[in-house]
Amino acid sequence: MEILSRVHARNLVEWAKDKPNVVVLSADLTSSVEIDLFRDTYPDRFFSMGMAEQNMLSFAGGLAREGFLPFVHTFAVFIYRRAYDQFADSIAYPNLPVRLFGFLPGVTTPGGATHQAIEDIAVLRALPNLTIAEVGDATEMETVLDAIHPIQGPVYVRMLRGEVPRLFPKPEPFCLGQARVLSTGTDLTLFSSGLCTEEAMRATQALALRGISIQHLHVSTLKPFADPAVLAALKQAHLGVIAMENHTIIGGLGTCLAEMMAEAGIGKPLIRLGIPDTFLHGASKPYLMEKYGLDALALVRQIEKLVGTSLNITRQDLADIRLESVHSQAKAEGL
Amino acid sequence: MGEEIQMSWQVRARRVALGIRLRVLEHTINSRGGYLSQACSSAETLAVLYTKAMNLGPSTAPMIPRPFPGVPAKSNPAYFTGANYNGAPAPNRDRFFLSPAHYALALYATLVEVGRMAPEGLAMFNQDGSSVEMIGAEHSPGIEVTCGSLGQTISQAAGVALARKLRHETGRVWVFLSDGEFQSGQTWEAIQAMAFYKLGNMIVYVDVNGQQCDGKMEDVMRIEPLQDRLAAFGIRAVQVDGHDIDALNTPAELSPDNRPLIVLAYTDPCRGIGLLDERRPGLHYVRFKNEEERMQYVAWLQKMQEQATHA
Repeated sequence: MEILSRVHARNLVEWAKDKPNVVVLSADLTSSVEIDLFRDTYPDRFFSMGMAEQNMLSFAGGLAREGFLPFVHTFAVFIYRRAYDQFADSIAYPNLPVRLFGFLPGVTTPGGATHQAIEDIAVLRALPNLTIAEVGDATEMETVLDAIHPIQGPVYVRMLRGEVPRLFPKPEPFCLGQARVLSTGTDLTLFSSGLCTEEAMRATQALALRGISIQHLHVSTLKPFADPAVLAALKQAHLGVIAMENHTIIGGLGTCLAEMMAEAGIGKPLIRLGIPDTFLHGASKPYLMEKYGLDALALVRQIEKLVGTSLNITRQDLADIRLESVHSQAKAEGL
Repeated sequence: MGEEIQMSWQVRARRVALGIRLRVLEHTINSRGGYLSQACSSAETLAVLYTKAMNLGPSTAPMIPRPFPGVPAKSNPAYFTGANYNGAPAPNRDRFFLSPAHYALALYATLVEVGRMAPEGLAMFNQDGSSVEMIGAEHSPGIEVTCGSLGQTISQAAGVALARKLRHETGRVWVFLSDGEFQSGQTWEAIQAMAFYKLGNMIVYVDVNGQQCDGKMEDVMRIEPLQDRLAAFGIRAVQVDGHDIDALNTPAELSPDNRPLIVLAYTDPCRGIGLLDERRPGLHYVRFKNEEERMQYVAWLQKMQEQATHA
């Protein structure tokens, strides 16, 4: 599997080349959120706002009213925790085209509870007018900007940084509101988002070897949440549905699915794998994923519960799996 | 009409200021309550801004405000803001941003006095389904941004000012601010950014009436010395008597430099309606204690109206 580094840094510079109305706002985390290359390439379109996020968000609203397309970058917690009031009144209420890039979702940082965005989707999903996207790999990072570009209102992008795998082939871009079908199967339906998709893919390959047939969808649009392919996959789940996300189990992907299932009258068991309604602490990603049950083995154990039998899959079995990027099967399914 | 043409701007501004007080007092009496002290402190400032200082185009909005258009949304293309009461935007024209939404009643009265809104508009104040909201909203006459959560407007206006500076527009960005907003961190965040980006195209008038919801600001949370604090942030800060028409206008005539200009207009929240003095320190919202008190205000209004007629 190809691992890429500083994907957003390079992509943003290339993408914004012919878009002079795109301006980037930074709150003293320029290298940390990969906008240093943009700053150095287009210094006239880069605005340092200092460690002052409330002003930055309202200020971005003012720029957007004047026809600029502000790209606000900082750690996600400083967007939705520190400046929620400004997000709601200066950006979301007037439905302004501001792009907000929230970095360090969940377990992706050893920065501890103050830096780990564990409930951003839950909080922001309740904000009217907002579109919420979450990237799961390098291909999505490279194509999400195009995908959200036509949206006239605000968009929050739950972003990755640093070294990121390419799970999905480059020619298969981020499509807003469309889940990727990564495997087809009839025993159960699995939905994963963000970096959990890589873990889920490790598990599904091991499970396939044990004869478990899984319908696996990668979800990258959390709001609006109305993909007919997701609904169809929910309906065909035989034993049950599993959601796997790098977010508290309250208010994120699992909750979106629960709402959709309830509204459609789908009476299947739903297992929500995610951060179990707790704050995290500062530690490495693998440690946190194992401790809080977000990794491939945690998924295997839940599936064993659903199928009612032990599958004899070990941590080593999962570590040995060599992941290749997978073609989305969405078109083949014709959903 | 001949007299009108020859009338100095000062005479007109004073008439507008008196008209603001009269309309807000009358409205407060009829509604059995209202944001009255805000009109008393800000009447001259709003009058000077609208009759002399700001370079606004004629209103392009209907004299009688349209009903509430629904909130902004993808599904609501009919949405409008109240900005066009201040004229259509143009590169050489100024833009006005009201920050303390609680001053909406005073602003609506101003719009009536300067002929940008019909008196019927004021009667729609706080009526269900009306755009003339009590806490001014984006769709309310004369208002352009969401300002009810205090402290956000100055940042939004600074974003507009930076955009206009990048486009080399000559029109300026005016903000009407209340002194209580200096208790909020966001205001200072905005001020440091305004100074950092040298937004000399911004002029902020502050109604320093020393009052807030809980009472006297000095007792709630001190903000002084405001002029020194602003100067330390790199702001061109001046202090004026907020009821002196000429003093209010003088800073607006200064040649702009690279510094944002903040005019601290020190005012009396009871100015022109001395009866309010008895209510100190609770001046934020006037709610009559009983019919007897209300009748005292009715008598005061009649006295003011008589004086206005004779003037």
